[in-house]
Amino acid sequence: MLDIAVAYNRYTFLGNEFLTWIWFLIEKDQDTLRQCAQDPLELSVGNRMVLVNRWANGMETVTIKGDAAGLEEGLLALSKGAWVTELNLVFKSGALQWQFSIKGESLNFSSLKLPETGNAEQMDDMEGLILDKLYLYEKPFQLIDALFRKFVALRLSGTWPAAKSNMMKWIQG
Amino acid sequence: MGLLSASTSLTRYKVDGKLEDPILDTIAAGLKNNTISDIDGNPSEQAAGWASFQDPFNSNFDGSSFMIGTYIVFALRIDKKSVPSKMIQKHFAIASAKRLKEMGRDFLSADEKRMVKDHVINMLTLKMPSTPNVFDVVWQYEIGELWFFSNLKSANEALETLFIKSFGVSLVRSIPYTMAAMDPRMTAKEQDLLHKLSASQQN
Repeated sequence: MLDIAVAYNRYTFLGNEFLTWIWFLIEKDQDTLRQCAQDPLELSVGNRMVLVNRWANGMETVTIKGDAAGLEEGLLALSKGAWVTELNLVFKSGALQWQFSIKGESLNFSSLKLPETGNAEQMDDMEGLILDKLYLYEKPFQLIDALFRKFVALRLSGTWPAAKSNMMKWIQG
Repeated sequence: MGLLSASTSLTRYKVDGKLEDPILDTIAAGLKNNTISDIDGNPSEQAAGWASFQDPFNSNFDGSSFMIGTYIVFALRIDKKSVPSKMIQKHFAIASAKRLKEMGRDFLSADEKRMVKDHVINMLTLKMPSTPNVFDVVWQYEIGELWFFSNLKSANEALETLFIKSFGVSLVRSIPYTMAAMDPRMTAKEQDLLHKLSASQQN
């Protein structure tokens, strides 16, 4: 195992490629998405995306925000060599909906909103409320873990060049 | 922002190492022995320790109050005192003038100024109440996973330090590299490829 501080910087690209791949799956390969979930799911890009192009003259950052924001600028940035470094996702399973942001460098979750449950004042059973919440936290973690496993297996396999070529076709339109 | 908040941020960890048997007693002892100590009324600037999830300002880890189902739920509390620099400046000026008067001199040497300033900071820190920050922790010891409800670097570092001190096992942050390298399904060949992997070029 590498030292964590070294590994954090050294493998940031892996997280960024992973987020870019998720966006590609959302747009072009829902079948692979479904294979990574135990229950039927819908996954879509939420209200924020950050892309960084390290190969540009200086570092170029493109941020797209807003519930109705178009993602054309994001595709354009990808076509110039950027990768997604932060992605807000909306994950629906049945009647339940989660929304969260995830960063490529750390795969940390932020702005994580769970489906509605009763609040502590309404529920006499505090322990029950906490267990409900913990169950709901596990769902997006399981999804991201399953997607990440799938991505790493693909990234380390001989089929990555073909998968990357498909992504390039999508990026170039 | 805790686990019951409407919107949360969190960092996931793998727990690396084996706890001493009986596990629940080891956890209870780790929590009790490293419970946050109040620093109000003493000159410490900062303290970090475990606190109860349900009552972080009156922590008690008696029995198995930290167990909820199969989850261990508790909190990291970091109390910090922060004396405003302008307050230090004001009291330093007052203390310096008093010292000069006592000594019947017009100036203080650099060492004397430093001693007066240290005294002022100690006096103000002693009087200043601490500001608590509480971060929830959820530990699934059976699968060796821990969720920490903050992405703040300083809070994460405090957690990692206190955790190994309390339980004798360390935390490994779930970042892209560790999530891949610690996956038990990874073959030796894949591990080798992972260590040689470099960023894709898009063109």
